[in-house]
Amino acid sequence: MDEQSIREIVLRVLGEVAPEVDLATVDPHDDVREQLDLDSMDILNLAIGLFGETGVEVPERDYAQIVTVDGCVDYLAQRLAPPA
Amino acid sequence: MPSLGADMESGTLIAWHIAVGDHVAKGDVVAEVDTDKSVLDVEVFATGTVEQLLIPEGKRVPVGTPLAIIGEDSGATTERAPAPAGPLTAAPVPSAEPAPSLARETPPAGPRTPAPQRSAGQPAASPLARRHAEALGVDLAAVTGTGPGGAVTTTDVERFAGSRADRPPRAPSTAPAAPAIRGPEERPAAVPLTGPQRQAALRSAIGASMARSKREIPHYYLACDIDMSSAVRWLDERNAVLSVTDRLLPVTLLLKASALALRETPDLNGFWESGGFHQADGVHVGVAIALRGGGLVAPAIHDTDHLTLAELMVRLRDLVARVRTGGLRSSEMSEPTITVTNLGDQGVDSVFPVIYPPQVAIVGFGRTRERPSVVDGALGIHPMVTATLAADHRVTDGHRGAVFLTALERLLQAPEDL
Repeated sequence: MDEQSIREIVLRVLGEVAPEVDLATVDPHDDVREQLDLDSMDILNLAIGLFGETGVEVPERDYAQIVTVDGCVDYLAQRLAPPA
Repeated sequence: MPSLGADMESGTLIAWHIAVGDHVAKGDVVAEVDTDKSVLDVEVFATGTVEQLLIPEGKRVPVGTPLAIIGEDSGATTERAPAPAGPLTAAPVPSAEPAPSLARETPPAGPRTPAPQRSAGQPAASPLARRHAEALGVDLAAVTGTGPGGAVTTTDVERFAGSRADRPPRAPSTAPAAPAIRGPEERPAAVPLTGPQRQAALRSAIGASMARSKREIPHYYLACDIDMSSAVRWLDERNAVLSVTDRLLPVTLLLKASALALRETPDLNGFWESGGFHQADGVHVGVAIALRGGGLVAPAIHDTDHLTLAELMVRLRDLVARVRTGGLRSSEMSEPTITVTNLGDQGVDSVFPVIYPPQVAIVGFGRTRERPSVVDGALGIHPMVTATLAADHRVTDGHRGAVFLTALERLLQAPEDL
């Protein structure tokens, strides 16, 4: 899966977690918890949504890596990359 | 029209989900009602056959107005076992309003003419609206009523007070400023409130409810720092081996422990109604859920003390989703017996909450964070949370409140037993 497709998935899931949010305004470097007022339930739903779309399980200790859009894309890209 | 919140005076019937001749069972969703705060799914109180729908879609009617006539099945069918999804034990409706509005005894009232007794110059208004006007220094005669028959509602009073204070005027209600009784056919179609209107209505409702609380309830406040080492460790270990879909949030432990502690202090779990305390039959914890645009609602998770943590987590996720996307049920809004507010995600250490009338207590949690703490004579660093309790002095004293917080602390030391 290329980076663009992963990014689309991340944004789609984020849109489902926070339907009130205008995704065009999301800064990919910024923490979504502060930008979009997301709480721990939202982050859990983000992890569940990403798992549903990609099959990648994000363990709790890695939540800190998925709280920005870019971080999320990188995290998934690493785990979805075919073994070298 | 059921009371779906302490300060609800009327509701607009948005849509019927049933027709004459349909068979309904207690707990079925039969209609959607807009309370201004939100659109709720209204559940029926009885089991039987729909004989007549009394209120057309789009009509706004006061709380207590019969909506439909249900012919009850013969025999004891109304004693049907509660649905597993949400046992509808008969918790008291937290309102001084009259009886269930969907019942067999309901007379097929002709066109109800809400014409309250009043002398010239004294506009019709509910007692609540009158008290409100008095508190805000508003002359009722100057307020345009949007309630039934042109009656002045609390919302009207607040809108008037708001505009008088030169603040931006509140969004208009969808109800017409009807000067006279109008036939159902003249009623406007059911138009859901727009976002800003909903926001204004919600803010106004919260304001009215909290003002009433601060005016009427003699609050006392207690706080207690609770060591969360065991709870955090247990939760981390449990979540590490579970699929992401089965993980628990720390708040589930706090909710369950609060519900169990209430079994030991049932005098914190119930309603202040008609000048007295009425202890609730079950523990239905209202969970304060913030809306991202502002405002909050606190619907109930029924029988919180009987749910496993996993069940509680499923209920909580479902509830948060429905708060944000719609589909809350009438029983969830009308039946919380106490409220828990958790501001842990927002980074505050403690919250001093305001009781939701007619409830008599509210529990608050700040964030769980590592703090220096002395345990067994040794200074260490432990994850701690500050739990607070605000309770009604008309019902309990600080001693009872302390018993609750002590029980809460004890229960959170054994997370595996929750």
